[in-house]
Amino acid sequence: MVRSDRILGLVTVVVALAYIASATQLETSFLSDPVGSKTFPYLIGAVGVVCGLVFLYRPDPDPEWPGVKSWLSLALAAVVLVLYAYALKPLGFLLPTAVTAAILSYQIGPRVVPAILAGVGLSLGLFAVFKFLLGLSLFAFPRALIGG
Amino acid sequence: MEILSNLALGFSVALTPWTLALAIGGAFIGTIIGALPGLGPSNGVAILIPLAFTFGLDATAALVLLTSVYYGAMYGGRISSILLNIPGDEPAMMTTLDGYPMARQGRAGDALVISGVASFVGAFLATVGLMLLAPILARVAYLFGPAEYFALYLLAFCTLGGIASKNQAKAALASCIGLAFAMIGLDNTTGVPRFTGGNLHLMDGVDFLVAIVGLFAIAEVFFFIESHGKQSAIGVKLDKVTIPVRDILNSGWTMLRCTVIGFIAGVLPGAGASLGSFLAYISEKSLARDKDTFGTGNPRGVAAPEAGNNAAAGGALVPMLTLGVPGSGTTAVLLALLMTLNITPGPTLFADRPEVVWGLIASLFIANFVLLVMNVPLVKIFVRVLSVPSWVLLPGVTMVSFVGIYSLSGSYFDLLLMVGFGVLGYFLRKLDVPTVPVILGILLGNAMEDNLRRAMVISDGDWTFLFSSPIAIGLWVFAIAGFVAPMFLRGFLKRPPQPATALPNDPD
Repeated sequence: MVRSDRILGLVTVVVALAYIASATQLETSFLSDPVGSKTFPYLIGAVGVVCGLVFLYRPDPDPEWPGVKSWLSLALAAVVLVLYAYALKPLGFLLPTAVTAAILSYQIGPRVVPAILAGVGLSLGLFAVFKFLLGLSLFAFPRALIGG
Repeated sequence: MEILSNLALGFSVALTPWTLALAIGGAFIGTIIGALPGLGPSNGVAILIPLAFTFGLDATAALVLLTSVYYGAMYGGRISSILLNIPGDEPAMMTTLDGYPMARQGRAGDALVISGVASFVGAFLATVGLMLLAPILARVAYLFGPAEYFALYLLAFCTLGGIASKNQAKAALASCIGLAFAMIGLDNTTGVPRFTGGNLHLMDGVDFLVAIVGLFAIAEVFFFIESHGKQSAIGVKLDKVTIPVRDILNSGWTMLRCTVIGFIAGVLPGAGASLGSFLAYISEKSLARDKDTFGTGNPRGVAAPEAGNNAAAGGALVPMLTLGVPGSGTTAVLLALLMTLNITPGPTLFADRPEVVWGLIASLFIANFVLLVMNVPLVKIFVRVLSVPSWVLLPGVTMVSFVGIYSLSGSYFDLLLMVGFGVLGYFLRKLDVPTVPVILGILLGNAMEDNLRRAMVISDGDWTFLFSSPIAIGLWVFAIAGFVAPMFLRGFLKRPPQPATALPNDPD
């Protein structure tokens, strides 16, 4: 069984080396100073490689990783949040927020009706708070409907 | 005396009805945020920053609001510790050891009042200490040149792993991650784009607010999804709250001792409120004549960590205001706030904008009194708030984070970045990599690099300039010592057994 820390170490070393490699590609401007724009990234990358090697040699005990079902729900949550980010502009505030909040709520406490209620309630409530109490300008409805 | 006249200036700024209202409101919100398990002061302040900014608050008002929230959260953490055996935030962990047993014995009200008074004493004296120490330190800070600042930032990174940290390599990795993110964007000195991959959104670099909200709040949501919100608020019954005067007087010396310990712990960069409460509890236990009653409901076991962590919270403001180096995770978030408002902490803050600093100190005093008065009678309200179920709370937190960040920039890219940071934060916490150095790296990375380059320009490329002044050498020594020491001290400072429930990972 490969220790998680060894994987972390491997990933760290690879990413740090990639970072250093990418730093060599940086343009040097003629207005440079003695240190230059590459030095700090090199230093960071070097420390990163050392850390990665330490993890490879002396891994910590494994944390408790969630089971497959949890992974799926975490991935679903992440995807939902990403879609939410994309959906906010075209679809306004109320609809995507209600859907996202409902899904997240369902994932935390797995009961459907309270989750839907929570989603809708949160969406309306937060919208009221933000628009009227705090004066933020949020579009409630999809752009297409308002004609914005 | 100069201090008194400055304080008078501060009070004249702070006692306007608007700032008073903000202080009271902030204290209330802060207490609730601190009391709710899973939503520590760092998360709460982090989420509120974008909102405060878009609220259009000016510098003093925003600072008053958010430091009241900060102090309030320190007070609030103990409510769920005592009633539910779930620390509201990491510094409140020690309070569960004696607070929960007291609650089981039916003395929940007593425990709450004692901890409230202890918190007040700790915070009040720490604010006095802040008031006395900060101007002195500000004058010393004038002696700091670029080489000294570079060493100081290095000290902060080296010690932020925490005295009780388990794996220094992970803390170093976290710092590297943060610094690497800070490098993204246009180079300050040469104007060359770095690590942007041609993406226009990244030209300005990674916004630290996006990183903070993502790493703290969004990652928290992922953890809650994984654990299915198992921290439900089934509380202990709370009867009429009376004031246990005898217990309070008995713990008087305890509170004073622990305040000093906590304040010193807070002032050291990298240490924070959790260390303050931990050291205070340990020292009180070893000094007590009735050692064995600690852990079974000794009132002094409640007073000690509370005084310690509130004092540390106050102490952490000292290096933050005078040197611009945060003393703990939450002050890192406060530093982010100041930078958002275009205020650079440091000696110039005291000289150029004294009304901000002294107004802040005055409002801290006010917030303390407000919190003391609010906490004793209003405890029942806070307890009721605790019964908000997590499947409503966490989605709410997520939505607030999204709206907050979106209102800052209106860019969906920042929201994507925030989710990305959330995922990163989840993995980092799972793998026991501390997240505070990441934030610190993003906040301070550019300043650190600038100081290095300035030092090299001054010395014409001579590396020994970094070690030229006694202050710089001293800081380097402390930095190296602070980095290496935890590897040896791990045996000495054994933590008392943690409560059986899951801990919110508040990096304070």
